[in-house]
Amino acid sequence: MSNGMYAGDSALEAHGLGMRYRRGWALKDCSFRLPAGRICGLVGPNGAGKTTLLSIMAHVLEPTEGTLSVFGAAPGSVDSGRTSFLTQEKPLFRGFSVAETLRLGQELNPGWDQRTAEDIVRAGDVPFDAKIGTLSGGQRTRVALALALGKRPDLLLLDEPMSDLDPVARKELTGTLLAEAAEHGTTVLMSTHVLAELENVCDYLVVLSGGGVRLAGDVDELLSVHTMVTGAKEGEDLPASLAHHPLVESRISGRQFTALIRPDSPATGPWETDKPSMEELLLAYLRSPDALPLITPTAQAQDQDQAYNTRTVAA
Amino acid sequence: MEFRIDRRNGVPAFQQIVQQTKQALRLGVLVPGDRLPTAKDVAEVSAVNPNTTLKAYRELEREGLVEPRPGKGTFVRRTLARPSASTDSPLYGELVAWVSRAAEAGLEQEDVAALVASAMEKQYAAGTETAATTTRSTGE
Repeated sequence: MSNGMYAGDSALEAHGLGMRYRRGWALKDCSFRLPAGRICGLVGPNGAGKTTLLSIMAHVLEPTEGTLSVFGAAPGSVDSGRTSFLTQEKPLFRGFSVAETLRLGQELNPGWDQRTAEDIVRAGDVPFDAKIGTLSGGQRTRVALALALGKRPDLLLLDEPMSDLDPVARKELTGTLLAEAAEHGTTVLMSTHVLAELENVCDYLVVLSGGGVRLAGDVDELLSVHTMVTGAKEGEDLPASLAHHPLVESRISGRQFTALIRPDSPATGPWETDKPSMEELLLAYLRSPDALPLITPTAQAQDQDQAYNTRTVAA
Repeated sequence: MEFRIDRRNGVPAFQQIVQQTKQALRLGVLVPGDRLPTAKDVAEVSAVNPNTTLKAYRELEREGLVEPRPGKGTFVRRTLARPSASTDSPLYGELVAWVSRAAEAGLEQEDVAALVASAMEKQYAAGTETAATTTRSTGE
């Protein structure tokens, strides 16, 4: 797990991915790469295309245009490895007991890991003989996660996984998820609205907005290329000497300005600079849909010829 | 050994792990031969990304404090505990006396912290520079 982790194999590669529903494009010209073994946060406002993107990866939806490869193969094909997809609705059979639900997982999945699945259920004190329909939202999430992890996936796709959990269960299940990922080298892609949930959990980020990729890359790398600048405004605006640095977002409050920039050279001047937190970085990009997108080198989709088939020609 | 990761204080998690490990080495909580918790343990207990923990351990390894043993884990190589830095050393006694004089002179806690930080910067910022220059001149 040294350098290979950074440059190594791709878990996901999207080339010009697009998805059109009757009401319009949900996803448009989406290109990025996720290296294998990463735990990646998928962030974006409501309707940004997160669920659509996850559904294409899980082979639930076919893209209208572009291609996606999972471990170098077509989604759903034998070579693309095992994929678990935990949807927001967490569909489980209400009439089944917890034990029967795990039994179903065992029957349907070669390589099923019954112990992992049972441990996750047991850690939440969920009775094995309880019917799914009688469980609380949090307990149901736990069973669904047990099912997803029991499958021993190479790629784990989670759509808003922790939204109905209390803080204790959230931390506990996040710990379980990360420990499983650490042990098996699972690549995880999880969407969320709760930005604080991502801090220290994700080492990779993909930000979607308006159906396109706004930001993608290694968290440390993304944070290190941005600078938060605070100082006194000049006239009614930012200081002129700051203008040659690419700007992501700026705000003025009284005599003070705050700006998030992506400096090409050290931004020295009569102001204070600081590294942004992950939350500040994400908020700035989410609030500024017109900021220049940033896809770091490790997150860039590689040579088109290496994709498993040629890209569908867009109109 | 359990790491306490503060998600709000702005210090990256991997640095918090590095700092807390060093603190444990200074206090004798960790001694040579001890095994650090695995990335999986830290993930499970503190909900921290395993790659973050590995990054912190690589940093500690680079500083010669720990060493990875393949298949066994990461082990402590040397301690940072120094007798002259313990709380029963004469240096600590002098510091306690000084802090009490500062309080008598009417200084608030923040004033004392600022003075100490400033004095430390004067000593150690200059110190690193001199050390770097010395190394370079001896190297030539």
